[in-house]
Amino acid sequence: MTPPDASPGDLSSLQRRRSVATTIREAGFKSAMLGSLLLAATALVALMVQVFVTGSPRLNGDLLNRFPSSLPSRAGARSAIFGTIWVIGTVAFTCVPVGLGAAIYLEEYAAKDRWYNRLIEVNIQNLAAVPSIVYGILGLAFLVRGPLKLGQTVLAGALTLSLLVLPIVIIASREAIRAVPGSIRLASLALGATQWQTISRQVLPSAVPGIATGTILALSRAIGEAAPLLLLGALTFITFVPEGLASPFTVLPIQIFNWISRPQDEFRVLAAAAIVVLMVILLAMNGLAIWLRNRFQRKW
Amino acid sequence: MVSPMKESTTTVKPSAQSRTAERSPADAGPAEAKSQRPLQIEVVAPSSRHPADSREKVFELRDVAVRYGGVAAVDGISFDIFRNRITALIGPSGCGKSTLLRCLNRMNDLVPGASVEGKVLYRGKDLYAPEVDAVEVRKHIGMVFQKPNPFPKSIFDNVAFGPRVLGMKGNLDEVVERSLKRSALWDEVKDRLKAPAFGLSGGQQQRLCIARAVALEPDVILMDEPCSALDPISTMRIEELMGELKKDFSIVIVTHNMQQAARAADMTAFLTVDIGQGDSRTGRLVEYDDSSVIFTTPKDNRTESYITGRYG
Amino acid sequence: MCAVLSVATTLAIVVSLLGPTLSFFREVGLFEFFTGKVWAPLFAQARFGVLPLISATVLITGIALAVCIPVGLLSAVFLSEYSRPRVRAFLKPGLELLAGIPTVVYGFFALTFVSPLLAKLWLFGEPPGIFNAASAGIVMGIMIVPTVASLSEDAMAAVPQALRNGAYALGSSRLQVSTRVVIPAALSGIVAAVVLGISRAVGETMIVLIAAGGTPNLSFNPADAMQTMTAFIAAAGIGDQPIGSVGYQTIFAVGSTLFVGTLLVNLISIRLVRKYREVYE
Repeated sequence: MTPPDASPGDLSSLQRRRSVATTIREAGFKSAMLGSLLLAATALVALMVQVFVTGSPRLNGDLLNRFPSSLPSRAGARSAIFGTIWVIGTVAFTCVPVGLGAAIYLEEYAAKDRWYNRLIEVNIQNLAAVPSIVYGILGLAFLVRGPLKLGQTVLAGALTLSLLVLPIVIIASREAIRAVPGSIRLASLALGATQWQTISRQVLPSAVPGIATGTILALSRAIGEAAPLLLLGALTFITFVPEGLASPFTVLPIQIFNWISRPQDEFRVLAAAAIVVLMVILLAMNGLAIWLRNRFQRKW
Repeated sequence: MVSPMKESTTTVKPSAQSRTAERSPADAGPAEAKSQRPLQIEVVAPSSRHPADSREKVFELRDVAVRYGGVAAVDGISFDIFRNRITALIGPSGCGKSTLLRCLNRMNDLVPGASVEGKVLYRGKDLYAPEVDAVEVRKHIGMVFQKPNPFPKSIFDNVAFGPRVLGMKGNLDEVVERSLKRSALWDEVKDRLKAPAFGLSGGQQQRLCIARAVALEPDVILMDEPCSALDPISTMRIEELMGELKKDFSIVIVTHNMQQAARAADMTAFLTVDIGQGDSRTGRLVEYDDSSVIFTTPKDNRTESYITGRYG
Repeated sequence: MCAVLSVATTLAIVVSLLGPTLSFFREVGLFEFFTGKVWAPLFAQARFGVLPLISATVLITGIALAVCIPVGLLSAVFLSEYSRPRVRAFLKPGLELLAGIPTVVYGFFALTFVSPLLAKLWLFGEPPGIFNAASAGIVMGIMIVPTVASLSEDAMAAVPQALRNGAYALGSSRLQVSTRVVIPAALSGIVAAVVLGISRAVGETMIVLIAAGGTPNLSFNPADAMQTMTAFIAAAGIGDQPIGSVGYQTIFAVGSTLFVGTLLVNLISIRLVRKYREVYE
């Protein structure tokens, strides 16, 4: 069976000679590909436009200055905005040291072939895939009601979120630490430094940009989370700025959810306005992370 | 200095003046350097060796240059490749042999920033004419690579890939068997055609790649250092294979192994590296002749130096 | 000791779920839980068949996959095989942008934009109401596209160029190289990406809570409103359940089911990723 085109003397076959079926197939595939990208892009644009347009009437100082109210015209998101600041700040304080510590341990001290170290690694991967609401259940059981009895407080919420984003911090920090070449460690050790000195004076400073980027990404994930906090009582009617770690609280995503669930149209507008605020914050954080990555990324 | 090719030329015309010119291209001023083209010998062969008509031309290269981002990797290449012969391209590393080879089946199209100048005629037709489809070209001119690259599929599916791409459905058993027989692999794999190709040894994988190329019944098979990743026994088997294959196909092979070229090839082209301004390396054709001539009585000093191992 | 915390967390999750789950099952039989068709745990005449919740999760995940697999794969092929480096540098971050949008925002989008749109364009049967599975599923699919696309593209980029060259040298067009060589070679990685997408879809809460409604409903009609496992947990958790009550325990029972489900899915994906790394020694 000779393939149809391969006759050496037939030079005309060198020219473009696609059958109709092939041309249609190629064109179809190309348009499917571009169509997919277009769909994703359109969805993104539609979402942003819709949110902005819906919310623009209420994008003003009221949003920041007023507290929630059952009257839409008098409502604002002050408690939620400050709540978010409190919670995320606490998350940063708790999860960065722990995550960094874990990353340092795994990369610098842990022998890779010990079973318990591998267990830890698998564990972290699993935790990264657990649904966020299960973390809420965990928080509910242990932190709010259970042994620690923290109640529905900023601390409980922050700890729960810390656990949620911990895998992100650990994985990002590990990558950053791993990227520092071994030769630098060897040089430091050869000059008589201890392992900890090597880490604290050479490895960590070089890895800081990567760690910072990872932290910012983790925090931006935490800012947008609502589900776990629902279980922790953040959906109550909070009309005050948190007074401390032991204070009840609400956060921006929850407030948005709250307003979405109300029947009145006015609340939709408020929800959209709050979404715009949230997205701006997120955009700023992600932009910062990208800038950090580009500015300080060293090519070894 | 450079004699134009005539269809039935039977004289060798080395360009004596250009030989001296070649010695110091850097000394000559820019205008002079341009007019003094580096040595090229347009060879057909003396009539005593080959009656003029018996050698049909498969490729005619005229002044071919390939540039990557403006820097010429090869320049001024002109020679002919003949049908049912094994033509070897030899030369030191970096002289652009593989680049030149890739011109012949338009694989340079896939390299970003590569541009081809000059004329490459395939059976009289310009390979780079705008109406020519590169995909079609590669169905006539196949290629085997330096490192065997079978697909992660079964042996059968590897060989059948080409015909299937052509749209052949139905019973491919015959095609696969014939191709594997022609590449001397059939006996070793006939019982395990559905086994994964990765399970074969290096030499077997390379023969599989040859079978894969052969399945398309191409006109020409290009081979880019096909044996450099293989042990000597596999190398020998593939060289024997090439001798058989040339009855049906024209073969162009790039090799850095001179002995291989001397053993297996009918014609040999020797290229060398020209170090130009700014440390740029450009490959140029030095001599092209029957292998027997190149390896016993080369006409250029540089060829002789390379062959006797004095450099390269 | 910090790393041990992660182990502790997993243990904590398991333990915290286990206790109330067990006591729950002591009161309500396992059999009824997994086979019963009505979920009404908080009613006076409580019924505890979890199937409506599971079917809702499955249906909405299915719709999401129907959106995110084609869109994600085709985008990945484009990024990996067809686009120029400059275009890719622009598009990849764009996809990441989609991934960074909080799920509550997607829920808002589903409720206020997609639902009305669907009601207008619905072609067969009764048009869906405000709360329906279809808009939740579609928007969830869009949310997962970056995950599938990004990981698939990584898998495709890992296919050695030598394979592509071999195929081109055999006279294949770019389409043929992409579909006959690259995608099959990257298949394990692509499947791992899809499985990860499944796990995200199953575990997602806000979109379904907002857009699919809060009524458990054993139905496979995408126009219907229904409640998934995650939405139930959230809804039950919002209302204050007294500790120890059956209502409180249902949170844990459903939570355990969810946790075990995603764990299984995740383990499968890890095995697949390991397998695809082995192919290219």
